[in-house]
Amino acid sequence: MTVAVLAFYAFSIVGVVAALMVTLSRNPVHSVLWLILTFLSAAGLMVLLGAEFVAMLLIIVYVGAVAVLFLFVVMMLDVDFAELKSEMVKYMPLGLLVAVVVLIQLGFGLGAWATSEGAMGLRQAVTPDAAVTENTKALGLLMYDTYLYLFQLSGLILLVAMIGAIVLTLRHRKDIKRQNVLHQMWRDPAKALEMVDVKPGQGL
Amino acid sequence: MNIGLEHYLAVAAALFVIGIFGIFLNRKNVIVILMSIELMLLAVNLNLVAFSSMSGDLVGQIFTMLILTVAAAEAAIGLAILVVFFRNRGTIEVEDANVMKG
Repeated sequence: MTVAVLAFYAFSIVGVVAALMVTLSRNPVHSVLWLILTFLSAAGLMVLLGAEFVAMLLIIVYVGAVAVLFLFVVMMLDVDFAELKSEMVKYMPLGLLVAVVVLIQLGFGLGAWATSEGAMGLRQAVTPDAAVTENTKALGLLMYDTYLYLFQLSGLILLVAMIGAIVLTLRHRKDIKRQNVLHQMWRDPAKALEMVDVKPGQGL
Repeated sequence: MNIGLEHYLAVAAALFVIGIFGIFLNRKNVIVILMSIELMLLAVNLNLVAFSSMSGDLVGQIFTMLILTVAAAEAAIGLAILVVFFRNRGTIEVEDANVMKG
């Protein structure tokens, strides 16, 4: 057993067990932490496959952004999670049934799978020799050249998601006092101040 | 002993099935359902990278990056909807999301 084989089994077992714990753990904060472990293991598997850039991207985007987002939302919502989990046992048989059926189907697909004769000739972008062009550079050359429009489109998707998230969560609270700068600036001293001539011996 | 494409596909299949299992198991908790969807997307990404690496075609990794973008956008929008839903209803149970009687 070489180091690579050992690493593959370590990463895959840790990843699958952590993924199971995401679904089974009672506390959602623990779920998020197990999810982070799953992502890290998947990133390790991708490093083993020679896709270093995608692996680092996985860590940055998933662990650094998405998981932290989940963590914030879990901590911000004041929900009784124990109550939500109470009926988990009820759904267990159906979930197991569907999971086993899908697993068997995927197993059939995996067993009957074979590469066709001309598959190697149909490659769109043959991976350059890793000793000459490393993974990141090769991906960059491809992404900013052949797939530039898709790259720009994914930026547009992120923009739409950002605007959507802001519009959804923005609310204007009416029950608090706010500073209105223009209102302050347009305030006229003549209207705000009134001179009253008070006669001696009389009140207002 | 060699680690081939099938090994990676098996790991990805296991992750995908666990994602489906999680959706069924946590039918009430939207947050864990969103996490399960992330798991399924991760499995697909792993499949793409495995095929890309084993057949020597870089397009699979480009696809992975695009899926990563969509997954991040989906998580952001989903969590924003979740926060608004919680603000309006005071709960995150999926079964309470029945305003439209669908």
